[in-house]
Formats: sequence, structure tokens, C-alpha cells
Amino acid sequence: MMKLLTSQTWVLASKRCRFLLLSSSPRQLRYLPLLIRFLLADLLQIGHSVNNRSCTCKFITFTYLKMPSDTMDVPKTGFSFDLCRRNDMLAKKGLKSPSYLKTGTTIVGLIFENGVILGADTRATEGPIVADKNCEKIHYMAPNIYCCGAGTAADTEAVTDNISSQLKLHRYHTGRESRVVTALTLLKSHLFRYQGHVSAALVLGGVDVTGPHLHTIYPHGSTDTLPYATMGSGSLAAMAIFESEYREGLTRDEGVNLVTKAICSGIFNDLGSGSNVDVCVIEKGKKEYLRNHLTPNPRTYVSSRGYTFSKKAEVLLTKITPQKELVEVVEVGGDAMEE
Amino acid sequence: MFEWDSVSTCSFFFFDCLINYNRFSEGMDSIMKDLNSPHSMGTTIIGVTYDGGVILGADSRTSTGLYVANRASDKITQLTDNVYLCRSGSAADSQLVSDYVRHFLHQHTIQLGQPATVKVAANLIRLLSYNNKNMLQAGLIVGGWDKYEGGKIYGVPLGGTIVEQPFAIGGSGSTYLYGFFDQEWKNGMTKDEAEKLVVKAVSLAIARDGASGGVVRTVIINSEGVTRNFYPGDTLPLWHEELPPQNSLLDILSSSSSSAEPMVS
Repeated sequence: MMKLLTSQTWVLASKRCRFLLLSSSPRQLRYLPLLIRFLLADLLQIGHSVNNRSCTCKFITFTYLKMPSDTMDVPKTGFSFDLCRRNDMLAKKGLKSPSYLKTGTTIVGLIFENGVILGADTRATEGPIVADKNCEKIHYMAPNIYCCGAGTAADTEAVTDNISSQLKLHRYHTGRESRVVTALTLLKSHLFRYQGHVSAALVLGGVDVTGPHLHTIYPHGSTDTLPYATMGSGSLAAMAIFESEYREGLTRDEGVNLVTKAICSGIFNDLGSGSNVDVCVIEKGKKEYLRNHLTPNPRTYVSSRGYTFSKKAEVLLTKITPQKELVEVVEVGGDAMEE
Repeated sequence: MFEWDSVSTCSFFFFDCLINYNRFSEGMDSIMKDLNSPHSMGTTIIGVTYDGGVILGADSRTSTGLYVANRASDKITQLTDNVYLCRSGSAADSQLVSDYVRHFLHQHTIQLGQPATVKVAANLIRLLSYNNKNMLQAGLIVGGWDKYEGGKIYGVPLGGTIVEQPFAIGGSGSTYLYGFFDQEWKNGMTKDEAEKLVVKAVSLAIARDGASGGVVRTVIINSEGVTRNFYPGDTLPLWHEELPPQNSLLDILSSSSSSAEPMVS
């Protein structure tokens, strides 16, 4: 980067900004530390808010030129696969990569006479271990639209949160209730853009002005519109129940029973699904989120000796925090700001 | 006559088949791998011109690996009022391509001030398919009617070629129909003859191809408009060694409690 043009002239150049130092006398080398400081700052990418500062003095002239496009890098969109080769190398050397939390799952949806019923189990697995015995797989998208998610838990959460925010902004923009096809298009475009690497398989259901809708969305971005649908590792077990007993025009109770039955079939016959049954009933103008509608796997064993520490453990501090503190929000009258 | 020699030169026949059959492994993984496979439509799609319009036909099976994800899907999607598209290959790719082209055609119709021609629609499909050939896996058949050329069928297979044909077949089930069409195709059929031919062909492919099944959907496009028809599995003719559908014990038992329809594939 430093080039000697003549015995007394130095040109310093760097990638991001150009330094030009013209020295007419060796005595001016005492200005070199200043330049080194600029150069180091640039190399270490410490922020500089200097723009085209030019300083002229009797013996030396140096100009600090900042290229406008270079320093402000726009971050590249999409996934960065730069570390994949390094990960492969480490895996070959024997490093076990951390496994991600998957919801090996049973999720179902069906359309009944007045709307849509969604159902899900509540087990989240991390390889062979149950990481969460009571997780929530039915995600809120809009007041009239809910979405069940199977696949990598982080992916389903992130995708549904993201599209839920986009839908809210769209509602503000249009002033209308969100439609299920809007959510569908947003989700499908997002998932297609990531070519299946966002591992989220979703069952999207809701009721809008055009009626009840139920869609399945696959990780690669394809969608299907169906009267009844199942997804996840337990989908085969649940679909068996639906194919035997589904008919058009089910009542609300029949629908909830059928959904519960299908989820139970997944819970008991699929290793990746378990614990409790969550149900969500969406009708025109109202919705009911029945969290833990059925708990067919209660904890039955309670140790008779009680759960205390062994004798060797020294108890330093005992602090008991009650689990649920109901906080009441009281609105002090009046919205107006008062001086 | 079936010749063994011809099999070895038939590499191009498999361009629309499922190429994502995963090797089975123990335990839950095989099911998960199956269900996480790309949603594919091992399919049979047909487009046929007749005297006055076109008829598009397709089966209705969408599979993920070896599981049938949707047994009643609609593979004939609308691009404009007078142009429809038969989709095969990866479900996601073909759905997205059809969405984009529907958008472009809508804009084009507004700018042109009159309905888009089938040629334009097919060329838009071709542009997307060809320019993204490395990333897309979609075999498409475009068919429609316009006032300048009448009924036209354009095949846009994998890779993005565009080929104007009097009839086109695509999908994994189409391999079983090349000989059938060579024998049965006639120029200048009437609407009923052509529709019977399409239904017969799709049902033959369903009988022989594991990746095709369900119901037969047809769309007839002519100067008068568009007609959609639906042929459930039990109305299709039975072919060599096919068994007639029977009511199972499940249907008999459940019919006493509710009005369930007999289940037919």
C-alpha cells in the first residue's frame, strides 16, 4: 500500500479511502504518525465521520478521500452459507453440531359448518429428548386467522410472527379485516424465497368476509386448499381418522371431537407427538382458543418421600415465589394528558 | 411391440418423474424425510386441440415422497379468462411460476386493451422457465383460445423449450401415453370425442402410473367460454386387471351412524 515514487514522495492508498501524501522533505516524516492513525482507523474499520477533508500545509499536502459507496455496505440479503465448509470440516473431525428444536408434531385443521377448527399436540423435541412438554403450536396471525406450525420450532415461530406483523400493517393500511389468502400469499412467497431451507410446514385457517378457509403450506412454498388437512410427523395417523370420519357440515361439537380424536391418534401412535391437545375454533366474528383442551398424559407418579434435597446439600436461601401473579391493569380515568 | 433397445435410449422420459425418492432408514427419520420432501406432482397432464378450441386434462394426486399429500388437487390453473395452465413437477415451483405469469398477463391485458393471446402467455411461461432453468423443476402445458389463432396448445417442458403442438402430454404418467396417442389421435375431432379421449388417456395413465391418481379434471376452452368438468374415480372405465371399487366394512358400519359416502380412490 505504501509506494515510494521518489525518495521524497510517498503515496499511501487503501481500499476504502485514498491517502495521498506528498512530501517534499524528509523532515515531514514527523507527520507520518498522523497518517498511520488514519490508515489504522480505516483498516480496523473504526467509524470515521470525515468527508473529503483536505489539509494543506506548507510542506505536505495530503488528502483524505472517502469513497461514498465503499464504507456504507448494504448487508446482503438472504442466507449466508459462508461457514458451511468450515462446519463440514469440523464435523469430519468429530464435532457434533448442536441439534435444533423440532416440533415433530401432529397438526390438523378442518372446516365445519360455521368456520374452521385447528388442532395441535404440545410436544417439542430435540432429537430424542422432549424439550418442551407443553409448547404452543397454534400461532396467532390475525384476530380471525390462526396458523399451526410443524417443523423447526424457531422457523415456524419466526415466520408466523413476521407475517403476523405484516398483516397488522396491512390492516392499518387498508382499514379492513385481514383475509386468509393474504396470509397465504405472504407465507408462500417467504417460504419459496428460502427454497425450503426455512423448515416450516403450516396449516393456516381462518374466517374472513369471503367465508371459512383452510390451507396447508409446505416448506418449499407450495400450498393446497382443502376441507380437512393434517401435517407433521403424526399426519398419517391423524389423516387416517379424518378420512374415516370427516363429512361436510359437521357441528361445532362434532368438529372439536373429531379434531381431538385425530390429535390423540397422533399423540399415541407417533413418537414425535405427545402430551396435550390444543384446539382453536374460529367462527365468523369470534374465536375460541382452547389451550390444553384435553390432557390425556397427566403426571401420575408423585414421590412419597417428597422432593427435597439430599442430606449433603446445604440450603443457603429459601425463596418461594408464587407461580401466577394476576396483575390488574386499572385505567385511571381520562386519556388526555394533564399538565 | 415393446423393445428392450428403446428403453436404454429413453433417458428423457424421466424428466418429470419424482427424482426425490429417499432411501429408507430406521425409525421416525424415514417418515420425517418423506414428509419433508419437496411437494411434487408425479402427474399426468394432457392438452388437446379440437375443432373449435382446446381441452386440458389432469389427474389430482400430489405426493411428498411416497405419501399422498393431496388426493384432490387442481393442477389446471387459470392464467387469464381464456388461457389455462397444466402444472407438473415441483408443486412450489409450478405454483409460483403460474402466479408470476398471471400477474404479468394481467398487466399485459391492461396495457394491450384486449385479452392476451395464448402465444403471449406461453412465451411468458417460457421466459421464466428458461431463464431460471437451474433452479426450477416444472413441466407445464399452456392451452387456451383467442380470436386470432383459435385453440392452441403449447408445451413448455423442463428447461424452457416452447413447442406448439396439436396435442401435448406431460408428467410422469405421460410415458404410458405416447403409444396410445400415436394410435388414437386424429386431427379435427369434435368436442365430445376430444373430451372422451382425454378422460380415457388420463385414466389409462392413472391405472399404470403409481404417482398419478385420484380424480380426472378437464377444462374445455373455446369461443363460448370455459367449462370445468370433474370425473370421480368410480366413473372411470376399468382397465386390464383392475378391480371394481367395493364398499368397505368401514363404510357399511359408518353409514348406519352418519351419511358417509363410500370411499373410492
